[in-house]
Amino acid sequence: MLTIYGENELQLTTDVLVIGGGPAAAWAAWAAASQGVKVIVVDKGFLGTSGAAAASGNGIMAPSPENWDKVLWERYRIGKDLANLRWIERVIEKTWLSLPLVEDWGYRFPKENGESVRQSYYGPEYMRVLRKKLLRTGVQILDQSPALELLLADDGSVAGARGVQRQNHRSYIVRAGAVVLANGGCAFLSKALGCNTNTGDGLLMAVEAGGELSSMEASNHYAISTAFNATVTRGVPFGWASYTDEAGNDLGGYINGRRDPSFLPNALLKGDVYARLDRATDEVKAVIEKSHFIAFLPYKKAGIDPYTERVPVTLILEGTVRGTGGIRIVDDSCATKVPGLYAAGDAASREFLAGLASGGGGPNAAWAISTGQWAGVGAATFAKSLGAHAHERVVYPTGQVGMRSHSSTNETFDNEAIVRGVQAQMFPLEKNYLRSEQGLIDSLAKLEMLWKQLQGTPKQDTVRDVEFSRRAATLVAVARWAYFSALHRRETRSEHIRVDYPQTDPNQRYYQATGGLERLWVRRDWITDETATPPVQTTHTTVGALQ
Amino acid sequence: MIELLSHKLCINCNVCVQVCPTNVFDSVPNQPPVIARKEDCQTCFICEAYCPADALYVAPQSHTSVVVNEDELIESGIMGEYRRILGWGYGRKNNSELDAAHKLRQLPRPYQS
Repeated sequence: MLTIYGENELQLTTDVLVIGGGPAAAWAAWAAASQGVKVIVVDKGFLGTSGAAAASGNGIMAPSPENWDKVLWERYRIGKDLANLRWIERVIEKTWLSLPLVEDWGYRFPKENGESVRQSYYGPEYMRVLRKKLLRTGVQILDQSPALELLLADDGSVAGARGVQRQNHRSYIVRAGAVVLANGGCAFLSKALGCNTNTGDGLLMAVEAGGELSSMEASNHYAISTAFNATVTRGVPFGWASYTDEAGNDLGGYINGRRDPSFLPNALLKGDVYARLDRATDEVKAVIEKSHFIAFLPYKKAGIDPYTERVPVTLILEGTVRGTGGIRIVDDSCATKVPGLYAAGDAASREFLAGLASGGGGPNAAWAISTGQWAGVGAATFAKSLGAHAHERVVYPTGQVGMRSHSSTNETFDNEAIVRGVQAQMFPLEKNYLRSEQGLIDSLAKLEMLWKQLQGTPKQDTVRDVEFSRRAATLVAVARWAYFSALHRRETRSEHIRVDYPQTDPNQRYYQATGGLERLWVRRDWITDETATPPVQTTHTTVGALQ
Repeated sequence: MIELLSHKLCINCNVCVQVCPTNVFDSVPNQPPVIARKEDCQTCFICEAYCPADALYVAPQSHTSVVVNEDELIESGIMGEYRRILGWGYGRKNNSELDAAHKLRQLPRPYQS
């Protein structure tokens, strides 16, 4: 048992426990509380600043009803026969119906002809408004309190979670009737904007409790940023960039007037790439500086004029934050395989919305709003069904790797070295963007070595040690599921590029489930719905592709 | 990364300690907080947005430390820039109404054939 546990532990009970601090967690907490149950939220950071949404602006896939069909089919097309029309439709509808609430709670959307345009948000303000609403609703929020493991009852249903409080130097245990995992995707500590809180914690917690993951091969989304500020991953302003090599030769990078997604990774594999936003007209500048203000803050501070100066650019791994892999949800209430456990936002697989393409930006924002609420209501309903019996259940903690040593040796593993080891396999474009059987097997072997090291003793002298030991283990676990899934999908589809299988195979129409701790497994969940064809070919629009 | 917590401007409110999503700051009784774990800073700038005294400076360099000069930064007027962009703070009007993202689709794209 952890040394940090036991002394001075904070003990709480609730009907619904929500784990996470971004929009999905906030919407889940609000929806659960609206069902009249007691709700506690625990977040590793601060609900309001944690995660990808708070740190930026975001588009929302929330078209007005006359455009629903157009957006629906656009999304379906991007999903390359893996997306699910019914889910896309219910996400769009739920999101559209929810945004007026945000306005009631105090968020001020821009106006056009006197009407509010609810299709994007300023992240810090959006999350500030959501937090304020939760506190007014009576939701209890524990900030700076990373959850580390789920609790299970004897019958295999979830019964709460355990974690540590960073600033109170103690552990906590929350016993709950139902739990929502809304703690984000995994960007492998790449510093992609706001994403270092997103380390895949929910994925490991779910698997240890008996849950499954899906579409983990969609875990290699990269996003452009400048090299000096390798964190603000906002691609939209670069839509008006010209790209050059070190000598100043134009590199192109566009096909038929659209950005070629394969241009930048391939150019960066050859050498340095510079960008200058010299295609932006005054009209464009006026818009992108207000929609993507966060992209211009680093330039201003560094004294760089991005419209006239060439700036080196790079690609940052965003993993499953903009990639779609995550916890497999099994029904419309966002339940998982574990009774009482629900998943929402980027912690959940977004395969219904995006297949193996990116759900980044608008679709993910809508997904957080809609799945957050469905999961919150599902969890509240489940908790109510347990009645007074809920907190009488005998429970046990499920955390294993990076928490409790199973080895006879007393060697302490080195968290930082393990994180660097994972990053060395996941960051390089030649390994993770351009995948091959040999490369994946080689990486999986190296990850297996790290996994073996994790069987040693975790460093647990301080609360930070406890958190970071577990975090290192989580990153290794997520990387193994990602590459094991990538190995077994022998085709190229959307962002999953296999150089040894360069074609999309129309017969591989399945979602790939995965899981396992010591022994990994994959399973093909075949999609049996007919492939749908749009009624009329719509024109190209980049709906919600605000990145 | 976070490079400055200005003692000339800080009012010891400890809001940065509360809100930093990666727990970079530690509070100190009756004094300004300290940047205790700079290596955990993810350069998200959000502490600047929350600081009511414009006392924090997150340098744009995300992976390297840079030397900053407190007086020069204050003099330059850059302190509190993120807060100004958002329109947060006493006497300011929230700027979320200026969000122009919905206009992006109507913009002329370069290289369009």
